[in-house]
Amino acid sequence: MKPFAYERPSSVPEAVTLVAEEPGAVYVAGGTNLLDHLKLGIAAPRLLVDVTGLPLNAVEALPDGGIRIGANVRNADLAAHPEVRRRRPVVSQALLAGASPQLRNMATVAGNLVQRTRCPYFQNPATPCNKRQPGSGCAAAASRTEHRALMGASESCVAVHPSDLAVALCAVDAVVCVQGRFGPRRIPVTALHRLPGAHPERDTVLDHADLITGVELPPLPMATRSRYRKVGDRASFSFALVSVAVVVDLEGDAVRDTRIVFGGLATKPWRARRAEAVLRGGPVTADRFAAAALTELSDARTVEANAYKVPLARDTLVATLLDACGRA
Amino acid sequence: MTQAVVREAGSGALGAAVPRREAPDKVTGRARYTGDVALPGLAYVAVVPAAIAHGRVTAVRPERALAHAGVLAVIHGGACPRLHQTSDADLAVFQSSSVTYLGQFVAAVVAESPQIAREAARMVEVDYAVAPHRVELDTAAADLHRSPDRGPHFPTDCSHGDVEAALSHAPVRVDATYTTPPYHHHALEPHGTVAYWQAGGLTVHETTQGPSGTRDILARLFGISPDRVRVIARHVGGGFGSKAAPKAQLALAAVAAQVAGRPVKTVLTREQLSVVAGYRTPTIQRVRLGAEADGRLSAVSHVAYEQTSMTSDHAEYAAAPTRTMYAAPHRETRHWRERLHVPSPTWMRAPGECPGMFALESAMDELAHACGIDPVELRLRNDTANDPHSGLPFSSRNLAACLRTGAERFGWAERESPPAQLAGGRGFVGMGVAASTIPQYRFPSRANAQVDGRGRVTVRIAAVDIGTGARTALAQIAADTLGVGLDLVAVEVGDSALPSASWAGRSSGTTSWGTAVVRACEALRAEMARRGGALPSGGLEAASDTLDELAAPRTHSQHAFGAQFAEVAVDTVTREVRVSRLLGVFAIGRVINPVTVRSQLIGGMTMGVSMALCEEGVLDPRYGHFHTRDLAAYRVATFADVPEVEACWVDEEDVDTSPMGAKGVGEIGIVGTAAAVANAVHHATGWRVRDLPINARHLVEAEAAAGREAAEGDRAAAGEPG
Repeated sequence: MKPFAYERPSSVPEAVTLVAEEPGAVYVAGGTNLLDHLKLGIAAPRLLVDVTGLPLNAVEALPDGGIRIGANVRNADLAAHPEVRRRRPVVSQALLAGASPQLRNMATVAGNLVQRTRCPYFQNPATPCNKRQPGSGCAAAASRTEHRALMGASESCVAVHPSDLAVALCAVDAVVCVQGRFGPRRIPVTALHRLPGAHPERDTVLDHADLITGVELPPLPMATRSRYRKVGDRASFSFALVSVAVVVDLEGDAVRDTRIVFGGLATKPWRARRAEAVLRGGPVTADRFAAAALTELSDARTVEANAYKVPLARDTLVATLLDACGRA
Repeated sequence: MTQAVVREAGSGALGAAVPRREAPDKVTGRARYTGDVALPGLAYVAVVPAAIAHGRVTAVRPERALAHAGVLAVIHGGACPRLHQTSDADLAVFQSSSVTYLGQFVAAVVAESPQIAREAARMVEVDYAVAPHRVELDTAAADLHRSPDRGPHFPTDCSHGDVEAALSHAPVRVDATYTTPPYHHHALEPHGTVAYWQAGGLTVHETTQGPSGTRDILARLFGISPDRVRVIARHVGGGFGSKAAPKAQLALAAVAAQVAGRPVKTVLTREQLSVVAGYRTPTIQRVRLGAEADGRLSAVSHVAYEQTSMTSDHAEYAAAPTRTMYAAPHRETRHWRERLHVPSPTWMRAPGECPGMFALESAMDELAHACGIDPVELRLRNDTANDPHSGLPFSSRNLAACLRTGAERFGWAERESPPAQLAGGRGFVGMGVAASTIPQYRFPSRANAQVDGRGRVTVRIAAVDIGTGARTALAQIAADTLGVGLDLVAVEVGDSALPSASWAGRSSGTTSWGTAVVRACEALRAEMARRGGALPSGGLEAASDTLDELAAPRTHSQHAFGAQFAEVAVDTVTREVRVSRLLGVFAIGRVINPVTVRSQLIGGMTMGVSMALCEEGVLDPRYGHFHTRDLAAYRVATFADVPEVEACWVDEEDVDTSPMGAKGVGEIGIVGTAAAVANAVHHATGWRVRDLPINARHLVEAEAAAGREAAEGDRAAAGEPG
């Protein structure tokens, strides 16, 4: 391991300044992803700026129905928060579907959003990877691996986004609060993650010194009717083969409004706006839900090893929507 | 057949449910494993792995690493002591420039700290001449060859009768191909070595399943007498076969200690284990069964394809258990092997039986389905009193008792057809059964039993406790043979300076060592009797050697048997399989310690659930590396995947297999479990998964295949052309 400097700032501006002044600096919070990267030789920062001492640990349930979440709130604490469970069940369910209890006790909200892909080639420094080493090529694109995106991929990168929490946050219109060198910004979580395009090394729209300070969940009454369903290769501690986050607003037997987001299928949390459009104003039937899923998945680019994800995503979405609508 | 046995001594210790002796040390952290050994002046070794799968090292440039502060030496082909013996290429580190698999050691760094060693290892520059490689097992490969015979009683191919004719005349046939992926052992404790030289002698603390064998291998490697080598393994954190044969880190540490002139430690990383620690070969197995309408087998053919490396002669022999399981007049078992540019495979819990019985017992389930016969009844109808392969009677078999007892306890009669639906119509519950078997081996060992003037007994044997409870079991055996209380018996194991013993592997440890302990204690008892029971103040001791006893030809075929029953819930939406209940009933002779035996059995069954649902080594054919190099990518079952697991045994004593009446229990739990789960999935869904693991991908594919078969059936029924 390369030697590195370590700082533990006590204020947000101090943290941002530390990182802004050192191009080789990174933030570290729970360390559940970054420390692996240090050991594997994927990351070699010169400075670690530990933000866990910053006062960003609160979960505030606001009178208007919104929720304000500090960046350092541990995944386990957020999942267990009674107002999160009541007002945004999809968020709590997504957190509990991820990682292991030990990891959830360490990992933070902000860290979860900026965690990096588990593409087997990104994880292996001996193979080319444009995300890890820009310009080196994409070993995954021509491989037989099933761990590749069906949607949102480019010639440079097919890496799947790994987060469960981000998928759920995209379904509840969450906004990410960021402190940068030139002040604070607010970014809708659906706009936080980038499609890889020609620059897969940039996972998000954040600049070098940008620090996520919190996540705001605006009032969304219909989010009480929400579900997260994840399919993994084992019952715990595995990344999603397919996951779906759904929020549904019913009016009688019709869908008034909905949010649908897929995980495990794409290079970023995949807000399924075309599927949502099919459902809005339509009836609550399995056939309609399947049609919506297939509309969204019609552009999916599969190889032999991951073709199974199309029927899996369709069926999981249909069942999860029926469940959310109380029709299971 | 249950044999009666007259026991002369007996203290009640044999069969007592006592906790393992080192448990307090382990749960409080006092137990010292190899990686915990601290010595003054210890240096640390890190490995430089080959970046290519095939070719030659043309140059190693250590300058940058050597310039790094704290680096003591860089060892490589151009800077390494010559080893005396290089016939085992996997151990002959840096003796050749040839590279035959990705990750092979091509250099190593010795440094003042593990962190410095690891960082400097990345600075060593290696040039290669690259050659084409092949890393994927292919049943159509031109260079497939017969696996080697393993002695006169274990030919690689066996054939009896006219299998092809019998198959063509059989009214009911099954012809199916099953595959299993590479499996990694991933014992909790990684492989590691602490080595130092003193006055021309070598001492190692080693993660090993066999101190005596490891001592002999080191002696040959360095051309020194075995009595100048000492191998210590006080505690070993699991092995599952991966610590049976020494691995390259042992030879590396011994060489590094020579080069550095001080003690060194090397502990492999989790990523390196997937390459260096061995793995179970992937298998491709074709099983053909021919049967009468009543399910009685007329023909069995089992052909297995396996791989090995360029440097190892290892073979799995996946079809071998089929020789013993069921009587059929026409039988064949064959093994093909391909040499590839891959790391060397090795033994892993139930080599042969584990993948082989997945195939055979899945095929038996397919036959039961084809005949319309209950799967338990099908196995009972094909039971046999004599080993079909050797013709010898079984010393004990009791497979039928395991099946009947298991069916009763599991509630097999309630197995519904069609299967029960899950709540909300989201899937189905199914039940499956499979049989299991493990051959019984005993290997020569020596032991020493000593009693002091106050009647306290010490038993010494170079056995090793790899987490099984061997210390405790051997104390029970000694106490029982001597007729003394268990608290009077101390046991020393885990050191090659003790009387030489065989390894902990192939379910042979307790029966092999136990036989030596019984004989030593019998000799001590005889000596005490000769003295009229009076103990001299200096005490007495006696020794044993089972070499001659075990050389006698066998009059019986010795195997353990069992039956596993699984209940699964299959979510037909998410294609998730959850095992809800698992029962194993085993015929394992006399149970020496119900606590530790149950632990071995449910541990094996848990590993079987993991094999059935989760574990899968994945190799990239372009580079030759495993993707699945850590415990996030190589998925081992978690607590949430493991149901209530129940293990029990039928009443059995088998003094033909060991003087304690016991059989080895380390492996049988894993055998059959994966087939029982796969058969339960088929019962639940009608989907037959023949490629492990049973994951969403394979279930979607099996579902599609079931749909195609149904459509073909409909077309055939309608008289349409296919």
